[in-house]
Formats: sequence, C-alpha cells, structure tokens
Amino acid sequence: MDFTVALAQIKPKLGCVADNLALAEAAVADAVNAGAGLVLFPELALTGYFLKDLVPDVALSLDAPEIIRLKELSRHIAIVIGCVEVSSDYRFFNSALYFDGGELRHVHRKVYLPTYGMFDEQRYLARGERFRAFDSRFGRLGILICEDMWHLSAPYVLAMDGATTLLCLSSSPGRGVSEDESLGSTSAWQKLTATTAMFFNCRVLYCNRVGYEDGVSFWGGSEVVSPAGSVTARGKLFEDDLVMARIEEGELRRERIFSPLMRDESLSVTLKELERIDRERGC
Amino acid sequence: MLMGSLGMNTTLMRTILVGFIREEVRKVGLTRAVLGLSGGIDSALVAFLAAEALGPENVQAIIMPYRTSNPESEAHARLAAEQLGIRHDVIEITSMVDAYFARYPDADNMRRGNKMARERMTILYDHSAAWSALVLGTSNKTELLLGYGTLYGDMASALNPIGDIYKSQVWQLSEAMGVPRVIIDKKPSADLWAGQTDEQELGFTYREVDELLYHLIDLRYSRDELLAKGFAAEFIDKIQAKVQNSHFKRRLPVIAKVSNRTIDRDFRYSRDWGK
Repeated sequence: MDFTVALAQIKPKLGCVADNLALAEAAVADAVNAGAGLVLFPELALTGYFLKDLVPDVALSLDAPEIIRLKELSRHIAIVIGCVEVSSDYRFFNSALYFDGGELRHVHRKVYLPTYGMFDEQRYLARGERFRAFDSRFGRLGILICEDMWHLSAPYVLAMDGATTLLCLSSSPGRGVSEDESLGSTSAWQKLTATTAMFFNCRVLYCNRVGYEDGVSFWGGSEVVSPAGSVTARGKLFEDDLVMARIEEGELRRERIFSPLMRDESLSVTLKELERIDRERGC
Repeated sequence: MLMGSLGMNTTLMRTILVGFIREEVRKVGLTRAVLGLSGGIDSALVAFLAAEALGPENVQAIIMPYRTSNPESEAHARLAAEQLGIRHDVIEITSMVDAYFARYPDADNMRRGNKMARERMTILYDHSAAWSALVLGTSNKTELLLGYGTLYGDMASALNPIGDIYKSQVWQLSEAMGVPRVIIDKKPSADLWAGQTDEQELGFTYREVDELLYHLIDLRYSRDELLAKGFAAEFIDKIQAKVQNSHFKRRLPVIAKVSNRTIDRDFRYSRDWGK
C-alpha cells in the first residue's frame, strides 16, 4: 500500500528518558498532523548514545510506563523507536521497538555492537541473536540498528525473509572532514543505504540523530531511499528535522519487475556454501 | 611533501565547530564564553568561531600580556577582537608573576613561561565564574600531541573547539573565516620571551610535523610505512618520543585504585551526562 513516512531526526538528551519521551511525543504529534502513517526515530532515541555506566539506569523493561505510553500513541500512527531494553535476566539490549494499533508488535535487539575506535557498546550491552522480518500494514518490514547495516548478511537475511522495507535506526557520529563535499561518515552511509536498497530491491528508511555528546557530533541526514537506490527525501545535516516522504507501492512493484534480483537469489546455494564454510572452519 | 592530506572542506569544518560551541555551551544552561586572546592565530580562530556560535555580545576576550611580551601581540589581539566586536579587556600579569619570582630570581625560562600560562588560566577561570561563561581552549592538535603547552595553563579549558585540527588546518580555517591577514601570516610564537618562535624552538616546521603526525596518528602508518613515505628516521623517532613522553599532559591525574569503582576506570560517564 501507499503510505507516508516521517523520519524524526531529533536531538536526544543524554540519559534523560522523560525529556526524550516528551521530544518523541511532540514529533509523533507533528507526524500525525502531517498525515504520516509511520514515524521512525533514531537509535537510542529515548536515552542518547554515549551512555556508558548509565545503561542500567535508563533501561526500560517492556512493561515500563514509557512503553505503555508509546503503545497508546501508536493508536494514531505506527512508531519505531530506539531505547535500552532490560530483560528479566538483567541483560541490557540496544533495541528498536515497533508499535502499531496500540500494541508493541516487534522488537529488534542490535546484533552487531561496535566495540572499536570510538565505540564501546559491547562493554555495556548484550548482543541480540536474530534478524527477523515481520508483517505490518505497510508490507513486510525488517529492522536494523546502525552497525547492523554494515554487515551485509543482516539486510540479506531480512530481505530473504521477505522484507520489502528496511528500517534503519542510527546514531552515527560525524567524522572525517577532508576536502570532499561531505563528511566521511555521511558519504559512507549514503553509499551504504543506496547500495543496500539496490542489492535487495528494498526501500530503505534511514533515521539518524543530531546533536553533540562530549564533542562528538551526530550528522542527521536521514533518508528515504527507493528500491532502485535513489534518494527521494533527505533530512538536514546537523539540525533537527522531520523528513516526510510518500512511499508508493507501485515503485516497489515496478523495481521488482525491472530488476528481479531477490526472485533469482538462491537460498539453497547460499546455504549450502555457508554450511560448507562453517564445516571447513570447524576442521 | 604534500599538503593534500590535510586539506579540508572549511565550510563543513566551520559548521561542526560552530555547532559544537553553541550546543555544548547552551547544554549546560549558559550562553557565554570567555577566552584568552594572545594575538596569535589559534586564539583568534577560536574567537571567530565563538562569536559566530554565540553572538559577539556573548564572547569575552581577555588579553594578558607580560612585560616581555611583544607589543605587537597585544595589537593583534585587539585587532581581532575589534573586527569581531567582542568585549575585550587587558589584564597585565607582570605584577603577579614577578611577585612570585622575586623569591626565585634564578628561575629559568621554562618555569617562568609555565607560571605565566597558569596565571592566565586563573584569570580566565575567575572570569568564567564572574561572568557565567565557559572557558574556551585554544590548543590545536599539533600542540596537544607534541605536549607543546603548559599543563593546567594554556591546556586548561572547558571546551576546546580546535583540539582535533592540526596547525596547518588552523591556517586554512582562519583564512576561510576572515581572521586578519597579519595574524595568519606571522610566525607562530608562544611569546614567552623576546624573539621566541615555535618552529625555531621545536626544530621543525608545523607543515612538516603535521604531515608526519597525520600519517602516524590519524592513518596509523607503521614506522616502515613512514620511512617508505619519505619521512626521516630521526624525525619519526623524535616525534614519536614527544607524543609518548607528553601523554601525561593529555590525561587526568592518575588515581590509586583501591575500591571496586574508581573514577574513570570503572566509574564511567560522559561529561554530557544528563545534558
């Protein structure tokens, strides 16, 4: 079906769940008023990114009042938002929650937790163990959180699981100022979103945050990418924004006719070869 | 050797650094910044960035000459402040510094230079409290990596917008922002004594060392790769030693660990905690 998506490019406050929920509520209201059926927030939108020892303090269990509030808000619009989720055995996950029709309908726990260079996620967070596509009123969706998207197998699995729209929640730090027009991180992501869309004939909805934490900027530039890999809407750089875009079912249909890569993709060949590699590595 | 690798998109750099000052100042509930203006390019550039970020009315420059400072330095500091329309005050530090060294007449240039830098720091922090303004740092990446600065002196600040850009990049950004030509063109000097220039004291030019540091630090070239790139062995070793030996200046004081949760080791929070 055709629908309108809103990418809420917000500036979360570090460790302030109540303030960030208020920001999210305001963006939800704006998205509803603008006629969106789905609103996407960045990774860790409810908490901020460089949490370190704050992780346990800002974590939400799935029956927390904040989650109940988001369920209520989702009576008017589907919402995808990032937070720290605590499980009943006290593991903390970098999670993305999908709400619609007053219910929490899907949870994706970030699998690839970057722990190198400026990143330290695996020190504080537990790793998710699955990539699963799921059905929604917008068709079949798959969720990725930031670094997940840099592992080609992740969107591959989601696309093979039938996802035709990939939602990527991000907190991408700005770095790499050179003579180029764009930041290194911006141009890398722009290549990635476009290429991922093309490889899998999927729409990519990418929401990145803005603001600064301890001198690190987050560059924004949220995007709606068509299944052909062209950018149909892009948010401002470094500033809050609410990016609105109309998504047309026909565009997906036509691209899948022009370029039936996913139809031709051989699950059995891939599986067979992966199993062989796994066997040989075990020797 | 080329300069290409240190070239940059000055528009983008300006956007990020101006945004940094604006957001990091406002985030702590303040609107103002204070900085020491020496007459040199680093502090002039920071003043330009701050005036753009906060508005000239919210930036205060303090010019703090010592009796041996080159009078041209004060003139250049005034020139930059007047071009920006920021408030600027001259507070001479001679009486404070000389009062102290009356006890130690034989103190060498290094002790005197450090004392001057720390005297200036106390004045900036007093103004920080008096005017509810954050102190902006003006040390660039080259100086910070070489340890060419005074710990708790000019290296002290609340926010440093230029600490991740090399001196060669400071020149480029200063040109783009319209820092007065005379400040860009003059030889860099700590101005602690007459005739001192950084490059003479260091024994190499900023362009040479920036190119080496960029390959060594940013690109993580190995020693062999640096040699193959044409850097002299002695130069590489000398700079590597400077970076290593000055590392203490870039860290907080070392705390003896006895508890289960020691500040910074296993008690870790971002400074922007709750902001």
